[in-house]
Amino acid sequence: MHWMIEFLLFVILIVAALVGLTVRNLLAAAVILTIFSFLTAAIMVSLGAIDVAFTEAVVGAGAVGVFSIVAILMTSRKSRD
Amino acid sequence: MSTTNTELCSKESSMMAPTESPIVHLASRGISPVILLVGMYVFFHGHYSPGGGFQGGVLLAAAILLLRLSLGTSLSQPVMPSWITLRLSALGALIFAGIGLLSILLGGNFLDYHYLPMPWLEPAYLRYYGILLVEVGVTITVMTTLVAIYDDLLGC
Repeated sequence: MHWMIEFLLFVILIVAALVGLTVRNLLAAAVILTIFSFLTAAIMVSLGAIDVAFTEAVVGAGAVGVFSIVAILMTSRKSRD
Repeated sequence: MSTTNTELCSKESSMMAPTESPIVHLASRGISPVILLVGMYVFFHGHYSPGGGFQGGVLLAAAILLLRLSLGTSLSQPVMPSWITLRLSALGALIFAGIGLLSILLGGNFLDYHYLPMPWLEPAYLRYYGILLVEVGVTITVMTTLVAIYDDLLGC
């Protein structure tokens, strides 16, 4: 049962990483990056490292998300490469 | 560089300050004190549960950054003014290094709480309050530095 939850978390983590790399809208990419961070925190909880998970959730889904959204607001919204 | 910065600043402040959505304003104003309360809880329970100065400081900064992002920089000045951030950050670093150097001056190692000048406390409680004082410095520094990074990123 436990390994099934962890496997599901890993699958959603890889899917979120691939979607975040391929999406054209940069704001959506920043939001998917925070989802990636939050899933990493959930995997850390399932591994038993509560403190690492807490730091990852707070920093990855809180501060880094805000800073990347502000950085995107100062540039263009779409990726052009 | 400075001219483009000021142009960007004025454009940003006119673009970002009025979100004009009362739902966003009301929700961020309601959620922000709750995040502040959770941050204080995490900070004060950092000795014996997951959490501590860094996490509590980032949570406190997240509450202020939510107000900065939703209300705009000028309307959220009463919560934490922009001119005070770097000074509070220096104050927190001074608290951390001051406690460490104080224990060096009184005969111990760096951050050796056993030598702090509070003789009315037992040694266990001396270490408890020494760690709490150091965590106060870490929390103030982390919170104000993140807000200062946000203000500097917008250039306002």
